[in-house]
Amino acid sequence: MASGVKPRVKVPKTAAAGEAITIKTLISHNMESGQRKDKEGNKIPRSIINRFTAEFNGESVIDVTLEPAISTNPYFQFDATVPEAGEFKFTWYDDDGSVYDESKKVAIG
Amino acid sequence: MKFRAMTAIAAVMLAPTFALAEADDDTMVLNEETEMVTKTAAPAHVADALDQVMSGWHFRSDETQAMQLDDFDNPGMVFVEAGLETWDTVEGSEDKSCSSCHNDMDSMAGVRATYPKWNEAAGEVRTLQMQVNDCRTSRMGAEAWKYDSGTAINMEAALSSVSRGLPVNVAIDGPAQSTWEMGKELYYTRTGQLDLSCATCHEDSYGMMIRADHLSQGQTNGFPVYRLKNAKLNGAHSRFKGCVRDTRAETYNPGSKEFVALELYVASRGNGLSVEGPSVRN
Repeated sequence: MASGVKPRVKVPKTAAAGEAITIKTLISHNMESGQRKDKEGNKIPRSIINRFTAEFNGESVIDVTLEPAISTNPYFQFDATVPEAGEFKFTWYDDDGSVYDESKKVAIG
Repeated sequence: MKFRAMTAIAAVMLAPTFALAEADDDTMVLNEETEMVTKTAAPAHVADALDQVMSGWHFRSDETQAMQLDDFDNPGMVFVEAGLETWDTVEGSEDKSCSSCHNDMDSMAGVRATYPKWNEAAGEVRTLQMQVNDCRTSRMGAEAWKYDSGTAINMEAALSSVSRGLPVNVAIDGPAQSTWEMGKELYYTRTGQLDLSCATCHEDSYGMMIRADHLSQGQTNGFPVYRLKNAKLNGAHSRFKGCVRDTRAETYNPGSKEFVALELYVASRGNGLSVEGPSVRN
């Protein structure tokens, strides 16, 4: 089980209807690739975030597959169009089965 | 002939690239609110060597610079958060955490700006990490952290983060003076097979390229530094060690009295610059 995993997101609190807003997300995670060896020469098992999704009012905005070559603390920044007031839901899926999520409301105004 | 003509063209084309290597004139505004001092008149004790002292931020690319302007984009802030958690963690035989005595981290604003600092009771100049370790061993009954180790650096970064925007202001007179003199001596002493001193690169040649890297003045106001090359926070002493190693010399160890003296001296060269730690560099 990866330790110290903590998701963070930055979403503007308000947007104009139909406006494309910039969303930034970061999750602190070791992203152990499975290629490295410890001091005794044993392989350190792979432990990464393997999928990241964002949804807006239940509709998929982005769905990403992450591979072992992605560095520590994966950071995603993307634009999303906000047609109406609602809630973004962000979900990260860990190799160990843990699921981390975070949601942010966006108002129109 | 043809070859020579091409070299001449190449030389002409190279000229503007050298001009670009100068420190830029950008202004740093942190989180769209805190205006930072990244260039200022050199303090009196370095005025004969430099006209102006500049943060290493000016020597980095626009992309790297931008990462530091927003706390969400600054990867060093992840480590600051880890440091803040440790701040509230009870450890040791006395059943205390840092916050048991010091309250909020915000109450430590300004502390980072004055370190390394003379400690009267101990009769020595102490870096922030030494002071933290003294608290841990004598007040918390906890184990001292290894110098520049992950936890120690995270704590230093958390302490530094609340001082951002405040001017570096280390004292170099009074009881600290002899340590400062020792640091100055080290700064100007050439070491290693390459026979380089700190001053060779960071005083005589800042603004120039050393292979693909842009030489800064080697200021410490941004420490601890998040380096893109190793994706973690780096302490000033570890950086010193890397620099001395690059001159192909045997290095001093992080936490040694030589590096404490050097840290005081280098910090004093940046008196007046805003504390930036955790900053983002190459």
